[in-house]
Amino acid sequence: MWVVNHRKILFAIIGTLIVLSLLSFFGWGLHFGIEYTGGSLLEVNYPGGRPDTTVVQSELAPLNLGNYLLQPTGDSSYVLKTGELSETQHEAVKNALSQGGKVTIEEKNFTSIGPVVGSELKRKAIIAIVLVILCIVLFIAFAFRKVSEPVSSWKYGVVAVITLMHDIAIPAGVYGLLVHFHGAQIDILFTTALLAVLGISINDTIVVFDRIRENLRLNREGRGKEPFDQIVGRSLKQTYLRSFNTSFTVILVLFSLFLLGGETTKNFALTLLVGMVAGTYSSIFFASPLLVTLWKAQDKK
Amino acid sequence: MVKTRVIAILLLAVTALLAFFLWTSEHNPASRFHFRLGLDLKGGTALTYKADVSKIDPSKVSEAMSTLRDVIERRVNLFGVSEPVVQVEAGGVVGSKEAAERLIVELPGVTDIKQAIDLIGKTPLLEFKLVQTVTTALPKLVNGKLEVSVDSASTTQQLVDTGLTGSLLSKASLEFNQNSSAPVVSLEFNSEGKDLFAKITKANIGKPLAIVLDGNVISAPSIREEIKDGKAQITGQFTVKEAQTLVRDLNYGSLPVPVELISTQTIGATLGEKVLNSGVRAGLWGFLIVGLFLILWYRLPGVLAVVALVTYVVIMLTLFKVIPVTITSAGIAGFILSMGMAVDANVLIFERMKEELRNGRALEDAMHEGFARAWLSIRDGNLSGIIASIILFWLGTSLVKGFALTLGIGILVSMFTAIVITRTYLFALGVKSQGGVAKFLFGSGITK
Repeated sequence: MWVVNHRKILFAIIGTLIVLSLLSFFGWGLHFGIEYTGGSLLEVNYPGGRPDTTVVQSELAPLNLGNYLLQPTGDSSYVLKTGELSETQHEAVKNALSQGGKVTIEEKNFTSIGPVVGSELKRKAIIAIVLVILCIVLFIAFAFRKVSEPVSSWKYGVVAVITLMHDIAIPAGVYGLLVHFHGAQIDILFTTALLAVLGISINDTIVVFDRIRENLRLNREGRGKEPFDQIVGRSLKQTYLRSFNTSFTVILVLFSLFLLGGETTKNFALTLLVGMVAGTYSSIFFASPLLVTLWKAQDKK
Repeated sequence: MVKTRVIAILLLAVTALLAFFLWTSEHNPASRFHFRLGLDLKGGTALTYKADVSKIDPSKVSEAMSTLRDVIERRVNLFGVSEPVVQVEAGGVVGSKEAAERLIVELPGVTDIKQAIDLIGKTPLLEFKLVQTVTTALPKLVNGKLEVSVDSASTTQQLVDTGLTGSLLSKASLEFNQNSSAPVVSLEFNSEGKDLFAKITKANIGKPLAIVLDGNVISAPSIREEIKDGKAQITGQFTVKEAQTLVRDLNYGSLPVPVELISTQTIGATLGEKVLNSGVRAGLWGFLIVGLFLILWYRLPGVLAVVALVTYVVIMLTLFKVIPVTITSAGIAGFILSMGMAVDANVLIFERMKEELRNGRALEDAMHEGFARAWLSIRDGNLSGIIASIILFWLGTSLVKGFALTLGIGILVSMFTAIVITRTYLFALGVKSQGGVAKFLFGSGITK
């Protein structure tokens, strides 16, 4: 199959995409949400129309909030991000935003997180990602333990993990764009989305691997002499449509979540969506050709 | 065949019953089984406290935390907030040195944080400490040399923990001094506290014992004799009102460990409602699109997969009510995602069926083979999803936990609906003929 035969070109394209994504994610600097850094976020709505940014800024000036970020959001709301606020400071800020009670405000959302919690969550997120990847390699090596010829089962695990790294690198890259151009932040939901992509996007890779496993068995039982790369190619040909379809149903629901779901889960849905798309093409264009490359490399030895 | 049909009808009936349960329990205000909405959907306040357990024997930490939870829960309940949630979260992570224990208090409907913090009340930590006078002599520079001279010695007073705290109280009450009519808070220790108090007083006769409330020394009377009956009085410069509050707080239960507020979150009710509505709408549309895709692509089996998907949704919603699962915005997202994944098994089975048909098998054989051969890839794919959701649940914050739980349960339930239920319905229909109709119903995409 052409996917297996032209794998070098595919690797070049996918490699470029990964590099671009990493550049986009890390290159513009990481902007962590307050869950990870500690700090406060206050969202207020002005039912009677939102005052000018400069007005609000001048009201906030006497409070000495240090570095803060004031963003208009929605039709008539502001989001204010500051360092961690105590309850007294919180009351003072609300008072300033309502211009001493002259303007009605509705507090839609207030979150204040201590720095300790933040750094702890960051550590947890990293542990979780490493743990999920590790568990999946072990699991795949175990699930494919009976197919150690001609490629040993742990190599399936390694290929799955390299594919997974790609599957989270691409959504991270797109998120990098969101961070840079739309003021999104690396928050809990973003990490959750990456973790979910890790768990789900592996499915269609497994569909293809499972078929390779089956075809290898049939080949051995029939005493066939079909080389490994052709078996991989044939397995791909037999399964790429269903591998696409399983992801397609997930992509459909994510699309509706992205378009219609609440504001809070919009970026979350987009990250998942990109991750699923990446997971789908990588299982066809990346994982299986990679398996063949590993086989070729061990053949030369 | 007859057996399969009976089972299929039973399955349909159970689904209908569950759907009926969902409908009636939601519309009956007295029902115990309403959907439990998280704070982010109905508005309210969440407070996270850090409990300082550094002074507690590690083996007793979980006991102290559950006492703390009970005490705070009692306080919250006193104020009549509906469905408050008070839970302990072990914050310690592998590799973190700090043994952090957390207490999370969720107060639905309370959007005023100040009110919420007051509601939980001042958290009195009552301790009894021995006062020790320590003499220290500071070295001093005399003619370029360090010397210790007697006149530079200074005495400082140090408070020494005795292990006697408010958690060992059985009762506090307000009394008045007979002579001065000043308010006095009288304390009675429980049996453990009584023994400890007797021991401390016996060993330290003549020394002052400081009564410390939230780190401030209220008074430090001298111990005159061993006190065996476990009774003590706090006389301080209280007003009557202060004394009353102290008695109230001590009786609600003073906290076994000091706590510190480390994070707060408030969500307005209108925002929550908007998030909920758009979540439900996204779910409905997601369901419709996936259903349409399945029917257009797989025809008759696709229709059955949609029936199985309805069953999936009904079972999931019932589980949400019965377990109960607190539904958050991330939980809704997880549920919508899981609908897309729930039909994955169907897709794999149907594709395999078509493949077997294409290879020239009879329809019934192809159906059997389709289910049997797709199983391995369904199992392996879903297991990796389950692994991820277990880790997410284990390490996540409450928001992420909701997502992980939904995803995990969703994968398990979908394996049942997509395999067992679809299979039963498909065989119950008993389409056997090889005629054009059957070919049309099953054979989309088969040109041969």
